Amino acid sequence: MLFGIYSLLSAGFFVNLDAVDVALTEAAVGAGITTVLMLGTLALTGREEQRSSHGALLPLLVVTVTGAALVYGTLDMPHFADPSAPVHMHVAPRYIEQSYAEIGVPNIVTSVLASYRGFDTLGETAVIFTAGLGVLTLIGSFVGSPSTRKQVAAMEHHLVLRVIAKSLIPLILLFALYIQFHGDYGPGGGFQAGVIFAAAFILYGIIFGIDRVHQLVRPGILQVLMASGVLIYGGTGVACMFLGGNYLDYNVLRHDPVHGQHLGILLVELGVGITVSAVMLSVFLDFTGRNSLRSEEGR
Amino acid sequence: MEAILDTLSWICLLTGGFLGITGALGLFRFPDFFTRLHAASVTDTLCAGLIILGLMLQSDSIMMLIKLLLILLFLAYTSPTSAHALAKSALHSGLKPEEHTQGGPSSSP
Repeated sequence: MLFGIYSLLSAGFFVNLDAVDVALTEAAVGAGITTVLMLGTLALTGREEQRSSHGALLPLLVVTVTGAALVYGTLDMPHFADPSAPVHMHVAPRYIEQSYAEIGVPNIVTSVLASYRGFDTLGETAVIFTAGLGVLTLIGSFVGSPSTRKQVAAMEHHLVLRVIAKSLIPLILLFALYIQFHGDYGPGGGFQAGVIFAAAFILYGIIFGIDRVHQLVRPGILQVLMASGVLIYGGTGVACMFLGGNYLDYNVLRHDPVHGQHLGILLVELGVGITVSAVMLSVFLDFTGRNSLRSEEGR
Repeated sequence: MEAILDTLSWICLLTGGFLGITGALGLFRFPDFFTRLHAASVTDTLCAGLIILGLMLQSDSIMMLIKLLLILLFLAYTSPTSAHALAKSALHSGLKPEEHTQGGPSSSP
């Protein structure tokens, strides 16, 4: 609960600082999906922490040494928000001045995220994919026997919730697609869009029953989608190499560097959106599938 | 014309703010979950609605007006629904409303 409130407040002051893209991501991921997944985790694991079996002295030592090394590493960095730091003198002005000429996309955040710092975003997408893989490995696929799936309570007899959800879910999906493809011109991009897309399916699952969602998305399809998003991203880089440029050098994708950048950014944002939405939905379905499995075993 | 719009929007914004404060006060002072939920949800929906109405009266272009109107519609849709969902889930897990609250002429045993 407090994490959700904290994320909402962070989104508020990100808007105040004029960082609207970050605020949108923070509100969607932090105040939305993370709260749902955290509640799902609590339902799985219970509210009290287990007593740990080993002592606390060795972990304390490891943490102190690592923390001291990190602090020592930051002593050499320029002061926080120093206007004469190299980042503000060379990197940021170059991005701000050259971005529209080189990439032709009005939203500088998207051009930095997808083109100038494309490698970092590839790493982020791989991290999300690995997280989804980790949950799948730990909890197991959400394919339960049909009897377990029937036990998850459907809220079908609650009329108000059904009507509201039925009218809102298409709008949520449409909004997610809008954010995905409008990331070039306004706040948006793959991460926010993927999260909101998954949230629509999660809402459908909560109101109408999880087995309906299982009928909509087969277990294999979500796993394929998780991987194909990262594949699209990495594949764009390889395609750039085949066409003669460096890895993730979008300039060579079309006849004209600016159009090449547009196509490259479109493809990588698509990859990000697909992976994020598939991972979020798969994690939620893993948690609920496992929960119903446990209740059947009588725990 | 400008002065009328300005005063109207000021009235809306101030009333919305006042409702927000009283809603938060109700959250603290009411004795029971259901009374607290009632205070929070009713005042919260109206507070957000009035603030958006005040902003609509101050908007510069027709696009901003339409976007604010859509946000108002979305809030009017979802805010009472979430309060309804909260109350329903509380009833479903067994929380009962308090029988005798303080005061009132009908609370004779």
